[in-house]
Amino acid sequence: MAGEGVPAAATAATASAAGGTLLACPDCDLLQRLPPLPLHHAACCARCRAPLCRHKPDSLERTLALALAAAILLLIANLVPMLGLSVAGREAFTTVLGGVIAMWREGSQVVAMLVLFAAVIAPALEIGCLLLVVLAVRRPPAPHWVATLLHGYEFVREWSMIEIMLLGVLVALIKIAELATVIPGLALFVLGSLVFLLAAMAAAFDPRVAWQRIEWAAGGAAGGAEAMR
Amino acid sequence: MNSAGASALSQGCAGCEVCGLVVRLPVPAGAASCPRCGERLHGRRPASIERTWALTIAALLLYIPANLLPVMTTNTPLGAVSDTIMQGVVELWSPTSWPLAIVVFVASVTIPLGKLIALAYLLLTVQRGSVRSNEQRVRLYRLLKFIGRWSMLDVFVDTFVVALIQLQPLMWVEPGAGVIYFAAVVVVTMVAVNSFDPRLIWDLPQQEKQAHG
Repeated sequence: MAGEGVPAAATAATASAAGGTLLACPDCDLLQRLPPLPLHHAACCARCRAPLCRHKPDSLERTLALALAAAILLLIANLVPMLGLSVAGREAFTTVLGGVIAMWREGSQVVAMLVLFAAVIAPALEIGCLLLVVLAVRRPPAPHWVATLLHGYEFVREWSMIEIMLLGVLVALIKIAELATVIPGLALFVLGSLVFLLAAMAAAFDPRVAWQRIEWAAGGAAGGAEAMR
Repeated sequence: MNSAGASALSQGCAGCEVCGLVVRLPVPAGAASCPRCGERLHGRRPASIERTWALTIAALLLYIPANLLPVMTTNTPLGAVSDTIMQGVVELWSPTSWPLAIVVFVASVTIPLGKLIALAYLLLTVQRGSVRSNEQRVRLYRLLKFIGRWSMLDVFVDTFVVALIQLQPLMWVEPGAGVIYFAAVVVVTMVAVNSFDPRLIWDLPQQEKQAHG
């Protein structure tokens, strides 16, 4: 799996399949050796049952395809109307950004920023970071800034809340339906498919494969020797 | 209970929280960073208990105005009506939309409150050095991490109701002061859950004392 360009220390510490990879469970700190996993099998911690990793086939290629599709859908979802309503002969439409702007104008700038971040910026960063990581690690060793991107991806994933926003829109839709006629827009359906695409993208991506191909911060054998047990 | 294996810390190592690499910590304890990803290495997250307590108490205080202040005001020529989160749930309750009322109630009331109680429980048991039901407690922690984001639901509901109902002078909706406090509760509890170090659950009392800061 590891390319020729990966530093020897990196390959020895993380990718040597023979003895298994040494890892500490992130939830309970138990030191354990991970045996080579058969395809589609997952490993969990021997003590606390935390999911540790899963052998995902063609992780990089599948992630790339799904991330590209997600990027296109996210663009469409933010350009076309999401919800409309008609009452007493008047029609009004809003996009996701329209919701943010209305919230800003009506006096809740902090909430508007939070919605903007969770519904637009974080999903865009989530897709963008992953796309760059997957493209950059195709030819190992990937430069070290890829590690920063990968770190950013893990952070931003928690704050990307498309699925929650979609449920919120549905509740808003029901609330409004008793006052006016609600017209669902194209973006609503695009967002619906995006929820599944983002889930599939995150599921297809195996961060361990990416980490094995990224250049070490400390560089070379010194860091590797320190990391070995 | 703990005898099945050795923790990385008891072996003088730490698993990097970003990239997962197991690295030997320097002796005597000092600053170290992961040779692979460059992240600062900690045997346990520094001041995890103190930080999580501070954030939990802050969230509890914010939770009071979040529930007492209105989250939205509906204006019509006849006057203005303000709704708090609970009133919003009650209004949603109808023969057809009651399942959504339950979803909103769970996301905006049960989850934030349950999260605060669960965090306090985890913190207290860790501080007492409890070694009982470790597996259930770490499962509770994983549940908190997973469901915490869903509290944001009501913030999105309010945003899109406000965005759509702008039909001046017929009817328009304004966000209330409660939304800011509620959004703050969600963000602060999410940060609180992240600042808690679940590995502390598994530490034996004597190990905790010599834990690397």
